[in-house]
Amino acid sequence: MDFLVIQALTGLASASSLFLVASGLSLIFGVTRIVNFAHGSLFMLGAYIAWTLTDALGWADHAGPLGFWGGVLASALMVAALGALIEIVILRRIYHAPPLFPLLATFGLALMIEDLVRLIWGPEDLLGPRAPGLDGAVTILGQKLPSYDLALIALGPLVLGGLWLLLHRTHWGVLVRAATQDRAMVGALGVNQARLFTGVFALGTFLAALGGAVQIPREAVHHALDMQIIVEAFVIVVIGGLGNVAGAFLAAVLVAELNAFGILLFPRIGLVLLFLVMAVVLVLRPHGLLGRPESEPRAAVAPTVDPWRPTGPTGWAVGLALAGGLALLPLVADAYVLSVATEILIFALFAASLHLMMGVGGMVSFGHAAFFGLGAYGAALATLGWGAPMAVGLVTGPLLALAGAAVAGWLCVRLSGVYLAMLTLAFAQIVWSVVFQWQDVTGGDNGLLGMWPDRWASDPAVFFWLTLGLCGGAIALTRHIAFSPMGYALRACRDSVRRAEAIGLDRARAQWVGFVLAGGLAGLAGALFAYLKGSVFPDVLGIPVSVDALVMVLLGGLGSLTGPLVGAVAYKTLAIVVSSWTDHWPLILGALIVGLVIAAPDGLTGLAHRLAAAGRHGRRAGRS
Amino acid sequence: MTGAALEARGLSKRFGGVQAVDAVDVALGAGEMLALIGPNGAGKSTCFNLLTGQRRPDAGTIRLFGRDITGLPPRRVWRLGVGRTFQITATFSSMTVIENVQVALMSHHRRLGALWRRADRLYIEPARDLLALVGMADQAGRACGLLAYGDLKRLELAIALANDPRVLLMDEPTAGMAPGERAALMDLTARIVAERGLSVLFTEHDMDVVFGHADRVLVLDRGRLVAEGPPATVRVDARVRAIYLGEDARPVAAPPPENRP
Repeated sequence: MDFLVIQALTGLASASSLFLVASGLSLIFGVTRIVNFAHGSLFMLGAYIAWTLTDALGWADHAGPLGFWGGVLASALMVAALGALIEIVILRRIYHAPPLFPLLATFGLALMIEDLVRLIWGPEDLLGPRAPGLDGAVTILGQKLPSYDLALIALGPLVLGGLWLLLHRTHWGVLVRAATQDRAMVGALGVNQARLFTGVFALGTFLAALGGAVQIPREAVHHALDMQIIVEAFVIVVIGGLGNVAGAFLAAVLVAELNAFGILLFPRIGLVLLFLVMAVVLVLRPHGLLGRPESEPRAAVAPTVDPWRPTGPTGWAVGLALAGGLALLPLVADAYVLSVATEILIFALFAASLHLMMGVGGMVSFGHAAFFGLGAYGAALATLGWGAPMAVGLVTGPLLALAGAAVAGWLCVRLSGVYLAMLTLAFAQIVWSVVFQWQDVTGGDNGLLGMWPDRWASDPAVFFWLTLGLCGGAIALTRHIAFSPMGYALRACRDSVRRAEAIGLDRARAQWVGFVLAGGLAGLAGALFAYLKGSVFPDVLGIPVSVDALVMVLLGGLGSLTGPLVGAVAYKTLAIVVSSWTDHWPLILGALIVGLVIAAPDGLTGLAHRLAAAGRHGRRAGRS
Repeated sequence: MTGAALEARGLSKRFGGVQAVDAVDVALGAGEMLALIGPNGAGKSTCFNLLTGQRRPDAGTIRLFGRDITGLPPRRVWRLGVGRTFQITATFSSMTVIENVQVALMSHHRRLGALWRRADRLYIEPARDLLALVGMADQAGRACGLLAYGDLKRLELAIALANDPRVLLMDEPTAGMAPGERAALMDLTARIVAERGLSVLFTEHDMDVVFGHADRVLVLDRGRLVAEGPPATVRVDARVRAIYLGEDARPVAAPPPENRP
């Protein structure tokens, strides 16, 4: 009993830091509609700078000239200034881009910050100082609790109260709340939107950095903090209701207590529990605990104005010529180049399957790796568990992914927009933790090793041809689906749910079919990937793989069926080439992504179209 | 009324503390053009959304040719032969004009589940005919996202006719159009109604359209039905004049367009 009280209090202390991060994320989303992927990086930056200001410079008592709290506050202010700079220099240019594009920019920023942190502070974990005066412990019910935890428990409600006063008692706060309700209206009322957005972004960043800075006496600072915290913050914001600060507080407490007790009760499925709770909340309350439906539901994916045309004879000729040209590659390339080319083909299919879901179906996924990974494990279990030949594994993999997508899709199509995207992430994380912890079957962290292609396909050239055939065929299939009646049904639901339902379309059913098809095709890519690498690790289900797919699709351009292929080839090639030059490829890649987002908000294919148009029309193209 | 195409009895809907629609009876006769009018916030759009299944009524029943359709979702109501157009146009902006109509036709013929066929080759002729009917044949290949507003309204009418409906519900069919266009669209609608034996219920703010094209007019105020009858009678009705010209002296001809929540 006493122990449980202490555990609950420890949970509350963690909740404060989580609440700070999540409330910042929620405010930023509410006003600017930007899903800020770099929010966890700003949290991490807050922790590192606070560590430097309070500890690293070798001041007596680990206090520095500002003292512990002065250092914490100064760190949060410095990061907030950086946030304002990011908003002014980068994000302000892309508010009118398609809804998901800013996400790509913040992802690029996250890559850059992570690498910069490694460059400045090194790869080792850093231990923070104790807070002066709070380095002891208090005894509660015979158990010791660090007094710093008590201070943190008080901090959460204090910040919540401060935010409430700011949002309800100041003119600026009224504007923020109004913008959260209806952004267009605030603009129409003549409010200086640019300044409001900068202010909100700086405030949100300040809260994130403060959340990171106050954690340093409790937890070591390391450079994987960003991804760890961003996922938890997303979950909290979604459970609480997007844009709702009180909801974020409630959800932060819920999540922190789940973490605290989940470890005790279900040590093996702690993470699963978190995401299960989120899934249950979203299915029962599709807009989160305290969230409200938006005044006008916004499409997560803006429809293209340029209608897609079915591939004509020229298109097929070009496609076949390209495939034919690729088929000649083994004549000139060595084994390494072939394995790189095979991997790029696999990721082209992976991206095309995500595009089927996002570009055609209008459903954004943050967790597409779930189906890629299920495909890989489905193949590996058949090969290693049953000793089945590769041909069987290439069927069982996609089938397992298909089954997973059938379950996930059934839940996901009840939601829309960012909520749907978060549920896909939740599903991917659940699958990841099951795989990670079910060691008897999946090998857990050690993975499954030694699943090579059958002898007939063991030559790199043959495996390349096999991949070319399967991926080429599957990509052609996604194209065909886009122009089938089912494809039109999906696009109809994406363009206008209202009209789709008013012409007798069963939206949920159509989207479910799209979801399942996309999952199955991602599973085929995953199965091929497993045979290419000869092993499968839980990483294939991880968030970075989901993000890779998202980046490839957005980079290529959502508005074009060729986009995902261009994006996959460009992104994968870039990643491989840059990482062979330098250890700092995330920094370079991140900068390239940010630059591209600003230069070409419609993706690489959009840029190509505009360049072609510029070539045709000369000066007229300047007005884009 | 027996033999009504669409009949609602005691229709009620409350939003929080506001009784948006209060025990309204509507009876749309076969082949009739019935206008539903009223000042802003009278409950017209809510009434419409109840009839099309977009919202579920708190009380009351809705019958289509005698069959109870209360609480059915929009797609089921549509399958039973009710076409509709929206106040704020809703079309598929990433498709061409003709594809918009083809999708509606595919849905009508239950062909949208197919994965193998090429959709753009299905129902081209019927889609062309519908576009010709509304005077849009020459724009069939254009991107829907590039259409002028009046053309979008006509496209909506073509889409609404794709399932060969027996009843057409039009929510402010001429909102946002130039006066000349309004008359043309309503003349077109009247012609189609006569040719196909449709029944039409429409809401409208433009009184010229209402009194020029409706066979009968229902007047709604604060969720209640306050007057009903032929245009000539309603036009001189004391209560209607009070509502439109009363305390706030709202002009009859052009009240501001209604904003739906």
